[in-house]
Amino acid sequence: MIPLNHYLVLSALVFAVSVVGIFLNRKNLIILLMAIELMLLAVNMNFIAFSHQLADLSGQVFVFFILTVAAAESAIGLAILVALFRNLKSINVDDLGSLKG
Amino acid sequence: MLQGLPILSLVIWLPIAFGILVLFVGKDRDPAPARWIALAGSLLGLFVCFPLWTGFDRVATMQFVENVPWIAHFNINYHLGVDGISMPLILLNSFMTVLVVIAHWEVITDKVAQYLAAFLIMSGLINGVFASLDAVVFYVFFEAMLIPMFLIIGVWGGPNRVYAAVKFFLYTLLGSLLMLAAFIYLYQQTNGSFEILDFHQVPLTLTAQVLIFLAMFMSFAVKVPMWPVHTWLPDAHVEAPTGGSVILAAITLKIGGYGFVRFNLPIAPDASHLLDGFMITLSLIAVVYIGLVALVQSDMKKLIAYSSISHMGFVTLGLFIFNGEGMLGALMQMISHGFVSAALFLCVGVLYDRVHSRQIADYGGVANTMPVFAAFFVLFAMANSGLPGTSGFVGEFTVILGTMKVSFWYTFLAATTLIFGAAYTLWMIKRVVYGAVANEHVAALKDVGKRELVFLALLAIAVLAMGLDPRPLSDVMNPTIQELLRHVAQPKI
Amino acid sequence: MDLMTLSLIAAFAPLVGAILAGFLGWKLGRAFAHTVTIASVAISFVASVMAFQQVAAGARLDAEVYTWLAGDGWRLQVGFLVDKLTVTMMTVVTFVSLMVHVYTIGYMADDPGYQRFFAYISLFTFSMMMLVMANNFVQLFFGWEAVGLVSYLLIGFWFTRPTAIYANLKAFLVNRVGDFGFLLGIAILFAQFGAVTGGLDYAPIFAEAPKFAAKLVQVVPGVNWSLMSVVCICLFVGAMGKSAQFPLHVWLPDSMEGPTPISALIHAATMVTAGIFMVARMSPLFELSETARSFVVVIGAITCFFMALIAITQYDIKRVVAYSTLSQLGYMTMALGASAYSVAIFHLMTHAFFKAVLFLGAGSVIIALHHEQDMRKMGGLARYMPITFWTVVIGAFANAGIPPFSGFFSKDSIIEALAASHVPGAGFAYALALAAVFVGGLYSFRLVFMTFLGKERFETHLNHADHAEHGREHGGSGAEEPGHKEMHGKPHESPWVVTLPLILLAIPSVVIGAMTIEPMLYGGWFDGAISKTETMEELAREFHGWGAMVLHSVATVPFWLAIAGAATAWFFFIYRPELAAVARKKFGVLVTILDRKYGFDDFNDWFFAGGARKVGTGLWSWGDRTIIDGIMVNGTARVIGMFASFARGMQTGYIYTYAFTMILGVFAFLTFFLFYLRKL
Repeated sequence: MIPLNHYLVLSALVFAVSVVGIFLNRKNLIILLMAIELMLLAVNMNFIAFSHQLADLSGQVFVFFILTVAAAESAIGLAILVALFRNLKSINVDDLGSLKG
Repeated sequence: MLQGLPILSLVIWLPIAFGILVLFVGKDRDPAPARWIALAGSLLGLFVCFPLWTGFDRVATMQFVENVPWIAHFNINYHLGVDGISMPLILLNSFMTVLVVIAHWEVITDKVAQYLAAFLIMSGLINGVFASLDAVVFYVFFEAMLIPMFLIIGVWGGPNRVYAAVKFFLYTLLGSLLMLAAFIYLYQQTNGSFEILDFHQVPLTLTAQVLIFLAMFMSFAVKVPMWPVHTWLPDAHVEAPTGGSVILAAITLKIGGYGFVRFNLPIAPDASHLLDGFMITLSLIAVVYIGLVALVQSDMKKLIAYSSISHMGFVTLGLFIFNGEGMLGALMQMISHGFVSAALFLCVGVLYDRVHSRQIADYGGVANTMPVFAAFFVLFAMANSGLPGTSGFVGEFTVILGTMKVSFWYTFLAATTLIFGAAYTLWMIKRVVYGAVANEHVAALKDVGKRELVFLALLAIAVLAMGLDPRPLSDVMNPTIQELLRHVAQPKI
Repeated sequence: MDLMTLSLIAAFAPLVGAILAGFLGWKLGRAFAHTVTIASVAISFVASVMAFQQVAAGARLDAEVYTWLAGDGWRLQVGFLVDKLTVTMMTVVTFVSLMVHVYTIGYMADDPGYQRFFAYISLFTFSMMMLVMANNFVQLFFGWEAVGLVSYLLIGFWFTRPTAIYANLKAFLVNRVGDFGFLLGIAILFAQFGAVTGGLDYAPIFAEAPKFAAKLVQVVPGVNWSLMSVVCICLFVGAMGKSAQFPLHVWLPDSMEGPTPISALIHAATMVTAGIFMVARMSPLFELSETARSFVVVIGAITCFFMALIAITQYDIKRVVAYSTLSQLGYMTMALGASAYSVAIFHLMTHAFFKAVLFLGAGSVIIALHHEQDMRKMGGLARYMPITFWTVVIGAFANAGIPPFSGFFSKDSIIEALAASHVPGAGFAYALALAAVFVGGLYSFRLVFMTFLGKERFETHLNHADHAEHGREHGGSGAEEPGHKEMHGKPHESPWVVTLPLILLAIPSVVIGAMTIEPMLYGGWFDGAISKTETMEELAREFHGWGAMVLHSVATVPFWLAIAGAATAWFFFIYRPELAAVARKKFGVLVTILDRKYGFDDFNDWFFAGGARKVGTGLWSWGDRTIIDGIMVNGTARVIGMFASFARGMQTGYIYTYAFTMILGVFAFLTFFLFYLRKL
């Protein structure tokens, strides 16, 4: 039996990877979306691990919801990305600085 | 005739109602209806003020009181009333509104209805400032009044109008926020009352009084304006259209003086006594320093603006020497300065409409081509330099009499206005009115028309009448002044 | 009619005339303007004479007309005090004013501002009447400033001339400096006496004043001054401005830019004597302060002698008379300082007549020569204008103080008063007064000789171009007055409207001194109006009738000094005219100093006018624009701007920066929650 700690460490690592992926990534918007997915994955893993540990199914129910929302979100995100690319001919993150003060 | 009518409410809301009406009626292509309605509104506004004068009992109590709950939860009431200090200011304001409407007639051609509406609404709001006895109502009127003035400077002003309008707005707003904080503190001290008259009675520690005094000082000193928070005034005047300058000089500056009388002195009497040296110093700086600065101005409006600051120095000086002469003189000076500065700004306006320059250097020998106008201009200039027989003398003289009871050297410095005031005003007159015809613009000048004659003559009559017989006015003010002085003499700690 | 009605008529008739002429004159024409104003001043004169008779018979008026302003325990009113001092002034003022009105018809005949001029001089008469009839300080100050205003308007009457509008501004401002002191004096009186007198009326203040005689005040901390000295010196500063005493005399010579009738009326006969009148009126106060009287006598002496000296070097006929006026005012001031108040008023009266004659005579010459004022271009005019000549000669005799002309009696009384006075400075004043008698004889007769006798130096066929050139040459002082024709043929006597006033004024210039010296100075005429003093008692002991005074004078120094002055003038300007130029060269430095008027004008222009402008510019550009607007106001805005530009640096617009910041925030919060909140 793999102890809870291992799950938590893995999910923390995945989360850390995704965070780094967000703010170190200066190239591609798709990678950004993927990092977000990864972040949700880490959260999901936590939920499931605790659900199993505490023998409480509601954690796994949450995961289903999160997966659904994540799917919807990446669909919308990709759609925005396509629209963006059509307009700017680029999905380079460094080109998207129009909020600069 | 008007018994039982809520006169103060009429005085406030009638001009505002007419202002809104003008806004709806006015069309850009045909401004005539808007003009006539505005004139009717301003005249009606002046007319409803008359009962204030005729029906006023010469005693110190608040009169024509109206008191209706407004926001019951916070115990805020729509509480109006006037005493001998505020009533003359309301009359002055309503009178000036009529003049401004007459003065705009052939001058303003752009967005006429909006211009007139702004003035009418502002007139009502200023009346509200003078009439309100509830701090929140006062505050609302006080702040709301900024909006029309901001628009008047910012829309119909000169080339640098936006800078001037923003400077004016920020300066005044900054001060008033501190005043609001003081109001809320007082609300707690009085256990839930925003009545100004309750504020007068509430005991306060010296520290609290000093803080309240300073908070309100910020607000009113900017309005007066006292040195060193005066620099918005010359800018605002230079950029404002003539009507704006008239109201700014004649009325809004008086709100500062009125605020000191209504709030600072009675709410924080001990602090007032503690800080009187500070106030007197600032006032004397205003008289001497600003007098000298006015001497070197090359822009007529700036010169008159600086002269206003110098004259308002007499108001604050008179208020903070704590005797009857000083206070009466200060209030007289406020009314008189209303007439005189308005008249001078209108005179500059008359010239500006013809030549489109406010620079003294662009004139010279105006008396050759505009003799009637020159006569008026010289009269008002003399009133500005405090010639006896004109209104300008009454206040200055009385303040000087009062100041001498306090200190010789204060009086000495204050009385230098006799020299400086004459120097800057008459030097301007020398360069503008006298001399040979300076250039073809001056040669082409036409003397004042009937419309201009009306407002200049009205002001000339007011200036002379007040100079020769100021007693009716002093009879109205005196009971209130004595009550106030009695109140201020009692410690509140 | 009762005295009050007469007073009201006397004071307000000229005002009505001024208003009618001012507002309707441009419509109804010249004849209307001069008719209505002359009528109003004539009415005023008649009312004054009637008041004079009533007061001489013992009546007295001290009554309120209306309350001007009132407060808690004090009241300022407008009211009339008509006593013997007042009626003397009223009669003199209205008489001279009436004469000047008539004269003006001739003098200003061609001027486009004819109606305006009449309105102004009537307004002046009203103001002057308000001044002399006041029974309180407020009204006194009103009249005081009102005559200043009219003087301002009249000096600048020809407002297209740069010199005129310079002179009128200067006159007003210098007067304001005087008024500044005057107002301080009034304010001290109010502050000290107000609680007892409840206002600024003369009577209660004079009654209270002796109680304050010993009171000390500390104006400068640590130094005790007598209250009455401070008050009196402050009041006298006002008189120095109005009566053109050193060092506030600078405006009077320049005021000659105005038309000649007003030089006669305002700047010689009436307004400038207001200061003398005021001090005489305040005699109960001045008697309480020897320091103040000492100050007065010294100022008077300086003015009297040094201004007379300048008169010798001037060539502009009006300026000569103006400087002589300054000198005569100095005499009056000395008399005041020597406590001989009634002598000062006596000299004021005689001076009003003879100086008006001199000015109007000068004006008559100026008309005859078509507005030529330079005495070097005159000479030999006696032949052509005998009436003017003889009246001016009378004026010059009176001015020089030669018996038995009116000026002799008053001037001699002043000199005797100085000798009799014990006030510190009286000896100094006595010496200067004697010297001034010599100078007075010299300049008076220099004027007569240069103008009327000797060689004819005027050009009879001046054409217009020459004329304008003269104007330029003399920097405006001899400049052309508008609206007149060039000269054709010999000069001729002026019309009757000019000569009649001259004759009517010359008569009192001769006789009024002899007629009135006894009642006025020694008959108790001014009892109750002016304080009795030791000086006057001493003078009275030595007085044995006017005849005796005339006879005695021949054996006194002043008489021979005056004769010597006249003889010197004769020597230099008739007998050996070429020597005048030699003398001028010989005393080059002195002449330059006198020509520059001791440098006062330059100094004032440089120090006061220039200094005030410099300081003003400095305060404006440094104080207002650099420190307040630049550093404080715009500085605040700049600091906010700097902060904002720093803050906007954080707003990169890149998503990863936001994300990073967010995560840092989350960490910070988490740390805070875990390590700080848990411990609570």
